[in-house]
Amino acid sequence: MRAARTSVWAAFSDRLLQGLGLLVLALALAALGALLVDVLVDGAGRLSWQFLTSYPSRRPELSGILPALVGTIFVVGLTAVIAVPLGVGAAVYLEEYGTQSRLARLVEINIANLAGVPSIIYGLLGLGLFVRMMAMGRSVLAGAATLALLVLPVVILSTREALRAVPKSLREGSYALGATRWQTIWRQVLPSALPGILTGLILALSRAIGETAPLITIGALTYVPFLPADIWSPFTALPIQIFNWVSRPQAGFTEAAAAGILVLLALLLATNATAILIRDRLQKRRNA
Amino acid sequence: MLCAALSIVVTAGIVFVLLFETIAFFREVPITEFLFGTEWTPLFLNKSYGVLPLVTGTLLVSVIAMLVALPAGLLSAIYLSEYAPSGVRRIVKPVLEILAGVPTVVYGYFALLFVTPLLQQVIPGLAAFNALGPGIVMGIMILPLVSSLSEDALYSVPNGLREGAYALGATRMQAALRVVVPAAFSGISAAAILAVSRAIGETMIVAIAAGQQPRLTLNPLVPVETMTTYIVQVSLGDTPTGTIEYRTIFAVGMLLFASTLALNLASHWLRGRFREEYA
Amino acid sequence: MTSQTPSLPSLRSLATDAGRRATGGRPIQIEVTGLNFYYGQKQALADITIAMRANVVTAFIGPSGCGKSTFLRALNRMNDIIPGTRVEGQVRIAGQDIYAPGTDVVALRRRVGMVFQKSNPFPKSIFENVAYGLRVNALTGSRAEMAARVEESLIAAALWDEVKDRLHESALALSGGQQQRLCIARALAIRPEILLMDEPASALDPIATQRIEELIYQLKERYTIVIVTHNMQQAARVSDDTAFFWLGTLVEFGPTDRLFTAPREKLTEDYVTGRFG
Repeated sequence: MRAARTSVWAAFSDRLLQGLGLLVLALALAALGALLVDVLVDGAGRLSWQFLTSYPSRRPELSGILPALVGTIFVVGLTAVIAVPLGVGAAVYLEEYGTQSRLARLVEINIANLAGVPSIIYGLLGLGLFVRMMAMGRSVLAGAATLALLVLPVVILSTREALRAVPKSLREGSYALGATRWQTIWRQVLPSALPGILTGLILALSRAIGETAPLITIGALTYVPFLPADIWSPFTALPIQIFNWVSRPQAGFTEAAAAGILVLLALLLATNATAILIRDRLQKRRNA
Repeated sequence: MLCAALSIVVTAGIVFVLLFETIAFFREVPITEFLFGTEWTPLFLNKSYGVLPLVTGTLLVSVIAMLVALPAGLLSAIYLSEYAPSGVRRIVKPVLEILAGVPTVVYGYFALLFVTPLLQQVIPGLAAFNALGPGIVMGIMILPLVSSLSEDALYSVPNGLREGAYALGATRMQAALRVVVPAAFSGISAAAILAVSRAIGETMIVAIAAGQQPRLTLNPLVPVETMTTYIVQVSLGDTPTGTIEYRTIFAVGMLLFASTLALNLASHWLRGRFREEYA
Repeated sequence: MTSQTPSLPSLRSLATDAGRRATGGRPIQIEVTGLNFYYGQKQALADITIAMRANVVTAFIGPSGCGKSTFLRALNRMNDIIPGTRVEGQVRIAGQDIYAPGTDVVALRRRVGMVFQKSNPFPKSIFENVAYGLRVNALTGSRAEMAARVEESLIAAALWDEVKDRLHESALALSGGQQQRLCIARALAIRPEILLMDEPASALDPIATQRIEELIYQLKERYTIVIVTHNMQQAARVSDDTAFFWLGTLVEFGPTDRLFTAPREKLTEDYVTGRFG
């Protein structure tokens, strides 16, 4: 009799665990849904061409997101230009030239650590190093350099994964024909790893677009009635503008913030979708 | 090549920048006052440099976040690893990735303007800025991290262990809770520690929704200030370089960096131990 | 291929054909003296001494794990890419020790080509595969020169007729046998003196295997070929000289017909009559 009772309990608790797991995931999904609906409801009405092309203002109805949008595109673009060669180069070195030396292992642990450092610390690094010591001021360049350091571990780690996935036979075939290590990397390994590298780039760009804290710390402005002229200009960015509006008590700014969030999410979606498309095209072409 | 050495340069740079200003700070403020003082008012006239209120603020929000993320993340991982049919996985995994990818500014908005008002209907004494709302939202944000890392740990447990349990007549739950999870314990712990590190270092959710009043309290219903919010607060202001107020953000940053570094190293070590057991 | 152990008389008949190819007068092209090879602490080859002649097909036979592939790869220093390997002794190709310090390994691999067990065409077009060696070594000047060389190599590899109309299609679309011949063409394009083949037909069906063997027979007019094979009938059909390896040592080396019909070592006789391996 006791066995029957235990097995009834066992069956019940099994179902219970399964149900709880499903419930948790459903709640997570619901939370995401609530977030999106909330933002849509608050902000959809505010989205307009005027919103996208105006400057911020003290009057919530007149505020627009143009300098923030331009600022984000400018800074993130520059971040990619800095981070990709550095990150891919470092990954190639570690994967193709690095031995099991102690230096290589140290660098590996180091990169894993850097991936876990809070983003605001990168902001402090940027403030001390780029803004003050290298006298870049609170410029687009300082912001991009800071963000580049922030996303570097992501680029390095995903590029290494992509390089590791290239089959050994490809490398051997190349060496056997008398190619040098560099020729093999440049002509065989990198082209083969390109889809994976692009994935890393997507992740890095998505991260950079959404980052607020490091940019605030290096001094990105929150009220910017002009567009950045060059890499030495002060600037603002989408998440900072959103933060600024959320912090204001007037109701109108809440809607502006929500609309700003919609623009931000749309930008993220567009970036991810384009990069995924490019990656799939590349993969298709390689597999004939 | 230079590129690889670059990462060491970055770490060295962080340490150097933080250390430089922190040392200058500790020339004027004794370290004991900093670490053990209970009043944090560096920007007021009556200056006090005890960092404990910021620390408790950070811990309060993080603990709430962990209370949400850990059980939910673990349950989610167990479900995905031991129960979920492939159709469910195909929907759930992308959703979790999206949750992890939402910018924290958006979560901050959500915490301040949706979650807190919602909670206020249930808890009448809840202030507009508090630790509970952002804590819960932070938990939701960290859930995918806990779930995916725990799932990796559960996945690494060899199937032989599971099959041994099933062959003895165990249900999936019994196998999961009595065999698989204990076997994956160090991997799951590593995930939990990493999640705590993430929570401590999170900035925007708390900067928007938790408030800017440093307060030594364990009450989640009132405004608090975290270490990260303080740094943001000063950065938004007009603090001139070289002043002691300027240096405070580096001292606080140093404390933050040291804590997350310790947690990350602990997590890394645990993960190494786990891999040794099952690699 | 049935799995019967071959009896001595049938191999003998195969080998007698091989014996008619006289090799004694050819110059020595590869001379190995006292070669020891280590993977880290583990010794894989012990005191190998052998002299292989030009324009001759030499087969390496032996049970799996006996070191024949390792030795083959030592001849073009492909083992260099594996970390932790160590070489002692001399390998002289056309008189020069290829392990002497300061040897240009890239130039060596231009002169000593390799075809692998599993064909590994690059994910590029057929043309670009064959032209790869030409590009990385800057061996041709104009596009016309390159195209001529590609055509010449594909003809030499008996693949030209099958692919001449689709040179710019992906190499991955070819069949297994065609891919292997493409890899041979690719190796031939850089005009090596020596061609090393590591079990080139082991992943192919019997018809494709036969074509590869015919190809080897044609190629030896212009190249020195060293082939590793675990298939003794193949060795008997295709090679002029055979070397039998066992547990990292060279047990016996000599003209193929003699090795199979009247081996000097008992170990060799046991192996070729199928008593083990």
